Amino acid sequence: MHTLDFGILAEYWPSMMDGLAMTIRISVLSIIFGTVMGILGAFCRISGNIVIRSIGNVYVEWIRNTPLLIQILFIYFGLGVFFNLSSITASVLALSFFSGAYITEIIRAGIQSIHKGQHEAALSIGMTDFQAMFFIILPQAIKRILPPLAGQFITLIKDSSLVSVIAVTDLTYVAKNIVTTTFRAFEVWLAIAVFYFLLSFSLSLAVRKLEKRLAQSD
Amino acid sequence: MIRMQNVSKNFGALEVLKDVSMQVDAGEVVVVIGPSGSGKSTLLRTINGLEAIRAGEITVDGIAVHADKKSLHLARQLTGMVFQQFNLFNHKTVLQNITMGPMRVQKKSRTEAENIARELLVKVGVPEKADVYPSKLSGGQQQRVAIARALAMHPKVMLFDEPTSALDPEMIAEVLDVMKNLAQEGMTMIVVTHEMGFAREVADRVVFMTEGAIVEEAVPADFFARPKNERTRQFLSKVLNH
Repeated sequence: MHTLDFGILAEYWPSMMDGLAMTIRISVLSIIFGTVMGILGAFCRISGNIVIRSIGNVYVEWIRNTPLLIQILFIYFGLGVFFNLSSITASVLALSFFSGAYITEIIRAGIQSIHKGQHEAALSIGMTDFQAMFFIILPQAIKRILPPLAGQFITLIKDSSLVSVIAVTDLTYVAKNIVTTTFRAFEVWLAIAVFYFLLSFSLSLAVRKLEKRLAQSD
Repeated sequence: MIRMQNVSKNFGALEVLKDVSMQVDAGEVVVVIGPSGSGKSTLLRTINGLEAIRAGEITVDGIAVHADKKSLHLARQLTGMVFQQFNLFNHKTVLQNITMGPMRVQKKSRTEAENIARELLVKVGVPEKADVYPSKLSGGQQQRVAIARALAMHPKVMLFDEPTSALDPEMIAEVLDVMKNLAQEGMTMIVVTHEMGFAREVADRVVFMTEGAIVEEAVPADFFARPKNERTRQFLSKVLNH
């Protein structure tokens, strides 16, 4: 019978830490750029200008209806024909565009869920559209945006494992290598799953705390 | 103070305002009544540009509301608006609701804005609610805070869009009392309402609208005792005799 040997983990601990660092780095960058994409996308989607609105629609529909793996391969190998992209840059680009499309929808829905009377009341006391959005609509929308946004961030961390296919030395890639040399598949993949779990779960705990703080006016 | 000249508006194929002209002088209280769907709320909302118009012109204190963005912005600062659903800013305390306009739009200091706000809260009778959130207030209290919020901008005109329609019956009086006091202080007011008692007691003039047009206007005594138009008579017999 196969005996388990978790001692193997200690031996490969440094390279797993490197992989973890890479996963965190790619995830954090993609969360930042993805959120920026999402904010831009949301304002495109609610724009009064039909051209801008159409750009937002095409972006969201295109990304949401193609597989992330294909997007990663397209950006790295496809765009790689024209631009010299490192595998890390390509990964961050792909994950940012991908999560940006979902974040677009999360932010748009949050903004549009605020009753239009709030906007009208802001205008009626002389605010500009920008002031109404910034001081009245967004602060209320943020409470509704935050929970699904956190969910999207967690999805992104987990989806980042796909970038191992373009040889980014993230957690998943490192794990594959260790398994090939040691054949300790059970121990290694279990440990890697725990790492992903800890990353995702600590993020959702942090967001839950933030939500509670924002809930004071309810 | 307010002049509407030949104002028309459509929602798609539906004509909601048909060539409406009206004038309201400074200090005048005009009550607009009519069946639902007659265009009275829309009429009110065109005065501060919450609804665009297809044709005609509206001026508030000489400013053409629908001319361009700048004049629209100016006109809105001269007109306070009170909504049927109160529309208080839910994420702000009562005091912050009232100081929002003076601070963000008129760029007054926090101290100055808060002084104005506290005075107004006394005036509308809820000084003790300054630091609570709107969700903790009754409907009547919310509407009185909404009136204070509008007054904080020192408007020359106050527009009331069915201010008591969403209230429980026992709270209607407290809101109407605040409005009566405002009228007595000489505020120019246009009030869309179903409160016939208020119209009779406070209005300088009652305007009856139906199907997007003003069909009759008169001082309350004449309006209620001797309505001239057949549609007015039908409407009054329905709302008064029960």
